[in-house]
Amino acid sequence: MISDICMGVELAGVTFKNPVMVASGTFGSGEEYGEYVDLNRLGAVVTKGVANVPWSGNPTPRIAETCGGMLNAIGLQNPGVEVLCQRDLPFLKQYDTRVIVNVCGRTKEDYCQVVERLAGEAVDMLEINVSCPNVKEGGIAFGQDARALEEITRAVKKYAAQPIILKLSPNVANIGEMARAAEAGGADAISLINTLTGMKIDIHKRAFALANKTGGLSGPAVKPVAVRMVYEASHACTLPVIGMGGIQNAEDAIEFLLAGASAVSVGTANFHNPCVTEEIIKGIEDYLKQYEIQDIQSLIGAVES
Amino acid sequence: MKQKERCKIIRQERIGTDIYSLWLQTGAIAQAAQPGQFVMLYGTDRSRLLPRPISICQTDGAALRLVYRVAGEGTREFSYLELGHELEVLGPLGNGFPIQEAKGKQVLLLGGGIGIPPMLETAAALGNQATAVLGYRNELFLKEEFEAFCPVSVATEDGSSGVKGNVLDAVREGNLSADMLFACGPLPMLRAVKAYAQEMQIPCWISMEERMACGIGACLGCVCDSTQEDAHLHVHRKRVCKDGPVFLSTEVKL
Repeated sequence: MISDICMGVELAGVTFKNPVMVASGTFGSGEEYGEYVDLNRLGAVVTKGVANVPWSGNPTPRIAETCGGMLNAIGLQNPGVEVLCQRDLPFLKQYDTRVIVNVCGRTKEDYCQVVERLAGEAVDMLEINVSCPNVKEGGIAFGQDARALEEITRAVKKYAAQPIILKLSPNVANIGEMARAAEAGGADAISLINTLTGMKIDIHKRAFALANKTGGLSGPAVKPVAVRMVYEASHACTLPVIGMGGIQNAEDAIEFLLAGASAVSVGTANFHNPCVTEEIIKGIEDYLKQYEIQDIQSLIGAVES
Repeated sequence: MKQKERCKIIRQERIGTDIYSLWLQTGAIAQAAQPGQFVMLYGTDRSRLLPRPISICQTDGAALRLVYRVAGEGTREFSYLELGHELEVLGPLGNGFPIQEAKGKQVLLLGGGIGIPPMLETAAALGNQATAVLGYRNELFLKEEFEAFCPVSVATEDGSSGVKGNVLDAVREGNLSADMLFACGPLPMLRAVKAYAQEMQIPCWISMEERMACGIGACLGCVCDSTQEDAHLHVHRKRVCKDGPVFLSTEVKL
């Protein structure tokens, strides 16, 4: 039995006390979950996507349950970067955890403006959301074309004071190509997967379950797709990868680490259990002890071929 | 830290077509609960991830009563559960009806369909300050239990009991007046109640329903449209789970 295990990981020069983060959009600004989770325990809080100005998002219904998952079409409703800076970041500063701000926009200029505004703030990394399937402009439009992805990465990087993570969409033919495009544009890390575009129809009302017709599929139903894409992306580029997609427990999280992720994000599972992140951290610690693994970093990409 | 509580089922019975009354053993949630609040109820079938928001119908110190309608597979699962089985519950959540503001005032409690159950705890809190007006399609439930707390008027769509029509038909027919309105029910009913309150110039509080994921204000899945920019969200939306489910009728667009 080993006594002192090391849960710390490092991405693009930023150290994290453990590899467990929360997925943007599922955890608000962190404040909403503060009553349920000791935020000090988390590797990082990733805030909900924020734009240069407030966005109202999509009409309701915005969510629909599906077998082993859920569809959402929130449409990146957010109060704008100024509110984040004045209210949410000071709140998060009280905690001993890393802060990653997810950035969204309709145009390249929107993204750059937000990133520039955050330059002097207490933010450890920026996650650039080029993969939201629920907005008409921006979002996924930048994330489904390798050239557009490389271009926006390069543009944002110019204004970014913090390391940038490009959040990639699974709604592409070749995830490796997108990972390489992010790297070529100057990204410091990539995160994946965002949600898979899906649809649900209510047969009794003969209507779409979501007002937006389509929504992003998340939850355990997408996990095998996510693990495969994390594996492919981590082999296609040299950037560190934050893996996510259907993680519900420590076993799922470890699977992503073995596939090549340096850290993981927990999203939809927070809805099933608001305390799940702390349980996952504890479960990973137990796994390391069980297999007498001193350093979690030795698990990263350690799946045997 | 707050967390889900595992609650034992101490009683469950069918009280109408697809309407079930469920008593759960829980000291903490029952004691903290305010009329008009709700809980999140978690199923055990892992193919269904999301909890179901269910309004609190009644509390008695060590137990919590939920009266719900089977609307799909998730609620059907709850209806099959037997005595002694445990369910995970998060709550109480949301704001509830403004009982303090109602002090010394006469309040009409307007409940329609599955919007009736949360009005029972509200009637218990207000006692003789309240008059309950309950609207049903045809089959009555919980009516006698309201009668233990306050006068009750009934409306049914087919006229089989009480006034033929909806809750507002019963209000008009009974010449019922009040200083405040508390309402919960389907959207068309809430729209009509809001318009009635405006016409009569009575403050009106309505309890809204929307599909929810987190239940604690984080995911923004359950927003409704608001007449003013929300102080927290900075757009013309409010979160039903966190800012509601009870809103002043003039605050929200229906």
